[in-house]
Amino acid sequence: MIPAEIFLTFILMLSIFLGFELINKVPATLHTPLMSGANAISGITVVGAISLAGTGAHDIANWLGAAAVALATINVVGGYMVTDRMLAMFKKKGK
Amino acid sequence: MDNFIQFSYVVAAALFIFGLKQLGSPATARRGNMVSAVGMLIAVVAALLDQGIVEYQWIAVGFVVGALIGGAAARMVEMTAMPEMVALFNGFGGMASLLVGWAALVPGSSTFTLVTIILSILIGGVTFTGSLIAYGKLSEKLASGAVLFSGQQVVNSLIVLGIVASAVMFCVEPANHLWLYLVVALSLVFGIMVVIPIGGADMPVVISLLNSYSGLAACAAGFAVNNNILIVAGSLVGASGIILTQIMCKAMNRSLSNVLFSGFGSGKTEATVVEGEIKPITAEDAFYILEAATNVAFIPGYGMAVAQAQHVVKELAELLEQNGAEVNFGIHPVAGRMPGHMNVLLAEADVPYDQLLEMDDINPRMENVDVAIVIGANDVVNPAAREVESSPIYGMPVINVDKARTVFVLKRSMASGFAGIENPLFYKDNTRMLFGDAKESIGLLVREFS
Repeated sequence: MIPAEIFLTFILMLSIFLGFELINKVPATLHTPLMSGANAISGITVVGAISLAGTGAHDIANWLGAAAVALATINVVGGYMVTDRMLAMFKKKGK
Repeated sequence: MDNFIQFSYVVAAALFIFGLKQLGSPATARRGNMVSAVGMLIAVVAALLDQGIVEYQWIAVGFVVGALIGGAAARMVEMTAMPEMVALFNGFGGMASLLVGWAALVPGSSTFTLVTIILSILIGGVTFTGSLIAYGKLSEKLASGAVLFSGQQVVNSLIVLGIVASAVMFCVEPANHLWLYLVVALSLVFGIMVVIPIGGADMPVVISLLNSYSGLAACAAGFAVNNNILIVAGSLVGASGIILTQIMCKAMNRSLSNVLFSGFGSGKTEATVVEGEIKPITAEDAFYILEAATNVAFIPGYGMAVAQAQHVVKELAELLEQNGAEVNFGIHPVAGRMPGHMNVLLAEADVPYDQLLEMDDINPRMENVDVAIVIGANDVVNPAAREVESSPIYGMPVINVDKARTVFVLKRSMASGFAGIENPLFYKDNTRMLFGDAKESIGLLVREFS
């Protein structure tokens, strides 16, 4: 069995390389939607926050988790919506 | 059940990756964003199925509050204000990761987990306060210039030492919460300290970098709570921000460390003697030149957005095309206040994206351009970057508008640009200055045509 630390670091390494490959192909014209879309994806923290907010322990970790859910949800909802709003404006000539 | 949750994360990761891939072309980008959003939905639903969750009300409260704020912000934000919004969202992402890292602290955590908790608090905290300062500067709630004071490096070094020392002590005795609080507080202070010395024209670099940090913070939080979807998504965002940061630095011919530490745009004065004289032109004369032109290029800068001139610019572009001219827009990578900002503003004004040319595409064509119209741009068209070795922007790639047959510069007055550098373009033989508010000036030209 591979220790969890090694396993997670392995995933990290592969994702970083993949990220570089993917993002390098995004044209300059889409860099603002790329950033707001990245904002939305970085709201993935919500997934980590959910289980902390639902422990029912009513201790400090619980409240921190609930606050994190709210903050990350702002990113997820706001990020995807504003990116969609921007991308809807990009039109090709003659359409 | 746990296997099912983990498998859902794999699907979500695949959708994020596929969504980003579709962002590679404006034609598929909107679908790509949808794909990515579906991935997020799957990840969130999977996380809700976790057996450890015993009550849902606080999660629901978080969702509702976050969705209301995020949704309202996304609907109401003006396209000119996108940089501020992205800065603020970077900050929220950072804070969320800080909180998750902090909440992940349980007695008996391994040293590896403690280190990742520290990292998510540190990166998250720096991202949070740094982004708030960036937001303040971009929205002009704070002075946009660089703040420098003597002993700044010493103060910053002491903060770093303090963070390292508290972090080590935290790992040694995690039960003593004093060290944890110290790390949190110092990280927040450090975020302020790293962003205040950066100002003016360097802001696009800062928000790109903070964008990257918000991803890395999510990544560190992923290690802290042992969740691989956070690591995958966080590192995709981290990589994205770093690439954009590199592009911005390259477009300004500066190294990242130079941007971060030198306090460029801090009002340094420079005495370049510029030869030649300013030749103003009236809208009427400008119209006669434009009417005869067969190839026109617009070079917009942030000033166009400030004057809200993009819609009249689009009108003028259409009239010129009806008049038989080829019309293009030349976009410098650092025009505007964040990467790609000009493109969004022009897209909002219905300018088709295939008319927007990058600097490297428009420069070779510049010699065939009859009239280059510079609207609210200054430093990105400054020929001093090629010609004046003593200029602070020497070596920066610029759009060579001075190589066009005629250049119109629309300008409110003779004040220097965002970076405060003298521009010899205004004194060139083929340059004509059209003074006044950009929106009004373009409006006058439109009226002359119709």
